[in-house]
Amino acid sequence: MDERETDPMVPTVLRVRSRRRDGPQVWTLELDAGAIERTGFAAGQFNMLTAFGIGEVPISFSGDPAQPQRIVHTIRAVGPVSGALTRLGAGAALAVRGPFGTGWPMREAAGRDVVLIAGGLGLAPLRPALYQLLAERSRYGRITLLYGTRSPQEILFRREIDSWRKRTDLMIDVTVDHAVQPWQGHVGVVTALIARARFDPGRTVALICGPEIMMRFAAEALGTAGVANGAIYLSMERSMSCGIGSCGHCQFGGLFICRDGPVIPYDLLREPLRVREL
Amino acid sequence: MSLELQAAQLLTSQGLDQLLKALRRGGCRTVGPTVRDGVIAYEDIDCLEDLPRGWTDEQSGGHYRLRRREDDALFGYAVGPHSWKPFLHPPRQRLWRTHRDGDTVRMQREAPDGQRLALIGVRACELKAIAIQDKVLLGGAYGDPHYRARRAGTFIIAVNCTVAGGTCFCASMGCGPNLTAGFDLGLTELGAAGPPAFVLQAGTPAGSQLLEEIPHRPATANEIAAARARVQHTAEHMGRQMPTEALPQLLLRNLEHPRWSEVAERCLACGNCTMVCPTCFCTTLEDSSDLTGRETSRTRRWDTCFTVDFAFVHGGSVRQSTRARYRQWMTHKLATWHQQFGTCGCVGCGRCITWCPVGIDITEEVSAMRTSEPT
Repeated sequence: MDERETDPMVPTVLRVRSRRRDGPQVWTLELDAGAIERTGFAAGQFNMLTAFGIGEVPISFSGDPAQPQRIVHTIRAVGPVSGALTRLGAGAALAVRGPFGTGWPMREAAGRDVVLIAGGLGLAPLRPALYQLLAERSRYGRITLLYGTRSPQEILFRREIDSWRKRTDLMIDVTVDHAVQPWQGHVGVVTALIARARFDPGRTVALICGPEIMMRFAAEALGTAGVANGAIYLSMERSMSCGIGSCGHCQFGGLFICRDGPVIPYDLLREPLRVREL
Repeated sequence: MSLELQAAQLLTSQGLDQLLKALRRGGCRTVGPTVRDGVIAYEDIDCLEDLPRGWTDEQSGGHYRLRRREDDALFGYAVGPHSWKPFLHPPRQRLWRTHRDGDTVRMQREAPDGQRLALIGVRACELKAIAIQDKVLLGGAYGDPHYRARRAGTFIIAVNCTVAGGTCFCASMGCGPNLTAGFDLGLTELGAAGPPAFVLQAGTPAGSQLLEEIPHRPATANEIAAARARVQHTAEHMGRQMPTEALPQLLLRNLEHPRWSEVAERCLACGNCTMVCPTCFCTTLEDSSDLTGRETSRTRRWDTCFTVDFAFVHGGSVRQSTRARYRQWMTHKLATWHQQFGTCGCVGCGRCITWCPVGIDITEEVSAMRTSEPT
């Protein structure tokens, strides 16, 4: 019997199919979904990943929602658990609970312009949304991806970005904080790219994922450009232990980021984000 | 119970003893108040002799002492440091274990504890706290199977408070001292000289059924009136009062009030208030393994929002200052809890006041904020 149906705190043991480096300290793991393939996931949701004996961390899906047999997570090694997960090679076992949380507003985005703004590793949780947008390209208006990262070496999914750049139905702008030769692109914060993007603010949905400060500035800039706060979605990050709204760690005002988020419209976030240390 | 005493019965202390024995015969683990380490603690009890006969407690901010009563009352105290939370939502709960055999990792889920619990001497504020934890731990999309298993078999003998503690404010929270719902049998201890006796009412069919095994007689009108008067007296002598009017709004519009910094000067961020609180539910997960990594396990344990680690994300804690952590605790308890669970998170038991090492008083903090609100 599948115990996940009775207890969301009990994970399923899965195996790594492949592991690839996607930047300094960043690896993308592809897992065989096995018995939990039918569970599927929505773009924007996350799993709790366990490195046995070490611990568990929340990691967003970075793969294609149309391919639930492949569970893909892009992980930066920043602590003991994420470090251990990124060292898992093909065939290694780990455990997975999920999917948890809210997804990107894909239905709401239909018929509208879509602006995706990513900062650093924030591109990973946005990639499933981009896959879905491109798979059903005709359902949406103009699609723009604005991506800011620290340096050219840290650009995630580089080959994919290069192939996306060749598409005429997708506008991509990339900027870096610190340029090194032979970088010929933009230098500076990602919010500076918003003014260059073409979208109709009255019929635009924006999806933003990145460091909190970057998301605030991006949301404010979109607001100034005329996009309604309720049409701007942020993927929030907080400490999480359970993933189901019962451990208390991820509270942000009255919200449980794991359950009411991680994807939350900016009209619910704007005021609380102004309160320091909330 | 106080509302519907028509069917009230009278139970002697021998009757109560037989009640405990009947519960144990029925396979229940009986847990109730007993004197240990200078406090009235909830522990396994076998018989009447284990109860805190003739003891009461003296409580104020950061202060708790046991004192002898002049009578032999069994429930003549307010509440001790322990709520029933440790029995229903234990401080440590193993969730699963894995065993690695060669290439295979076997996941073994921890089975929920099927032991039936009988809780003896549950107060009105504590019944409310259990009802709140029911919402928190069972009300969501999932529900905790361990909590569910413990709650499903729980038999509750509740007790009306006949003394108010020095830090009690259940009356202003609308949570007591009258028992209203959530118990199988409800007792009110009578104060006459001689051995303790109780006016008793069944709250559930299970309670009535158990009562049939125990000698009792209908309570007289005088006994019922006496019981009612004792509870009324308690309601009128609460040690504290909480000014509850529009409380969530008050706190949420004062997130930058200077009072948060003042209380942070006194707060040690020790987390005692969250440990003794009957509704605080926060937990964290701990993984461990043997030296070879063949056996691993995960345990859920209580956590507290007063540690720096609690809100740690890569790069540091979201709540570095004690000011922010106290604010999180109090606004959650009294304001955002409503948003999350449709109820206040405070029942007015007063434990956080009594067991705060520096005597921080949640009612005083609310009053201070109310009277010094920037306009």
